[in-house]
Amino acid sequence: MDVTEVLLPGVGVRYEFTTAEGNRIGIIVSRRGDVELVSYAADPDVGQPVFRLTTEEADTVAEILGAPRITERFADLSKEIPGLRAEDLPVAVGSPFVGRRLGDTRARTRTGASIVAIVRGDDVIASPGPDEVLHSGDNLVVIGTQEGIAGVNAILKG
Amino acid sequence: MPVLYALLLELGIVLAVLSVLCALARRFGYSPVPLYLLAGLALGQGGVAPVPAAGLFVEIGASIGVVLLLLTLGLEFSVAEFSTSIRTHVPSAAVDFVLNAAPGAIVGWMLGLGWVGSMALAGVTWISSSGIIARLLGDLRRLGNRETPSVLSILVLEDVAMAAYLPLLGVLAAGGSWWHALLSVGVACGAVALAFAASHRHGARLIRFLDTADTEQFLLRLLGLTLIVAGAAELVEASAAVGAFLVGLILTGQVADRARQVIAPLRDLFAAAFFLTIGLTIDPRTLPPLLPIAFGLAVVTALTKVGTGWYAARRDGVGPRGRLRAGAVLIARGEFSIIIAGAVITSTDGIIGPLTTTYVIILAVVGPIVARLVDLIPHRAEPEHRAEGV
Repeated sequence: MDVTEVLLPGVGVRYEFTTAEGNRIGIIVSRRGDVELVSYAADPDVGQPVFRLTTEEADTVAEILGAPRITERFADLSKEIPGLRAEDLPVAVGSPFVGRRLGDTRARTRTGASIVAIVRGDDVIASPGPDEVLHSGDNLVVIGTQEGIAGVNAILKG
Repeated sequence: MPVLYALLLELGIVLAVLSVLCALARRFGYSPVPLYLLAGLALGQGGVAPVPAAGLFVEIGASIGVVLLLLTLGLEFSVAEFSTSIRTHVPSAAVDFVLNAAPGAIVGWMLGLGWVGSMALAGVTWISSSGIIARLLGDLRRLGNRETPSVLSILVLEDVAMAAYLPLLGVLAAGGSWWHALLSVGVACGAVALAFAASHRHGARLIRFLDTADTEQFLLRLLGLTLIVAGAAELVEASAAVGAFLVGLILTGQVADRARQVIAPLRDLFAAAFFLTIGLTIDPRTLPPLLPIAFGLAVVTALTKVGTGWYAARRDGVGPRGRLRAGAVLIARGEFSIIIAGAVITSTDGIIGPLTTTYVIILAVVGPIVARLVDLIPHRAEPEHRAEGV
């Protein structure tokens, strides 16, 4: 897909591309972070406004479009590197780490496996920091060796 | 302390009046600048309700206002945006300069304003208001349009040209000789080049110094740095405004984003003080005889801006309707015309202040109206689109 980038000095950037169906789409990302979508249906010079998103709304849309891919990509990654695996580990209701910080698990120091994302309902917290508080029902995306991942699972179960 | 209570009361009332005016202007989607100028006229000497006690604060606020306006102007650009604009739109900027500065210079010369006055008036008619226009493009949902990058490029190049123009004018207004003026322009241009190079190579260091998690610290450091640089620039006669502009240019990326956010409310407050002061220094009784001149100049330079926009948009391969939109949106003049007039207001014989004020009030109001009206012109002007639509 060919994406044209048009600089809008002092305002932001406009990305333009044509979809497979032949629609010309423009996405204006302003410096403040809000996003406007336009389509060039009637007049190639005039971007018909489709909708405008606040920063928060744009992030949500990006997450919705991007979230299924994160786990997909981890799965691909483990196929590419022999010995490395990715797994979703649940934080069960009875886990001693419910309500505690991710750093408290000391998972990487103890097992060598990394927690690269927290999947919480529809949200994905990619590369979570040690201060991220775990909730029951969270799924942790863990990458490491088979033993490492098993170790993290044991830690989570307490 | 009777003076203090008078100051507080008057200042409070002034700010309250400005807040009402600003709300009114925003409600209808217009810039509050012309209303601030009118408020200044009403509150100054010969106005309806003079406020002598608040004058001192407003005056100091005004000089800080110019510095903050220029700081945010510098913050608006990144080197990438500037170089893209320069690559594609130098001819448009030249057309812009020739078409729009000439009427001001000629009228200044006919009015007998002398070299400095004519040059100042040329600047007044040349510079479009980037503040009004950028906002207008967003309000009219034209950021997706094809002519928009050319319009914004012209604004960028005009604003950067100000970095050379302001010190030149400043020195000439202070009675300096031509070689002196050229030297200070040289210094200013050198400083701009240096600022670009520095932001490219050592920007990271400055940004690390400024970038603290604490907003209060960030604001204090940013303001401290800007005022020191502005003051130092004024000391070596390169104009405080240019110094502040340079600080803005050097800051890029996230720090610039953050600086824009924390500075914006302060800038709006002090800029209001600046526009108010310009209004205050002008006796409204001097305005009526200048109305026909200001009006004539407004009509002529509105048309020349339309020509400029037409030319620039055509370079980007935009159709006739888009070219007209580009031209119409460029008509608005505002803050920088007033800054130029403010720079020479004490050194010229007094016509330039009231003339510029009237001119800006007219075009800051008419510009956005015309920009909106262009959309209402029926499509008939362009047969090819009609054919496509069927």
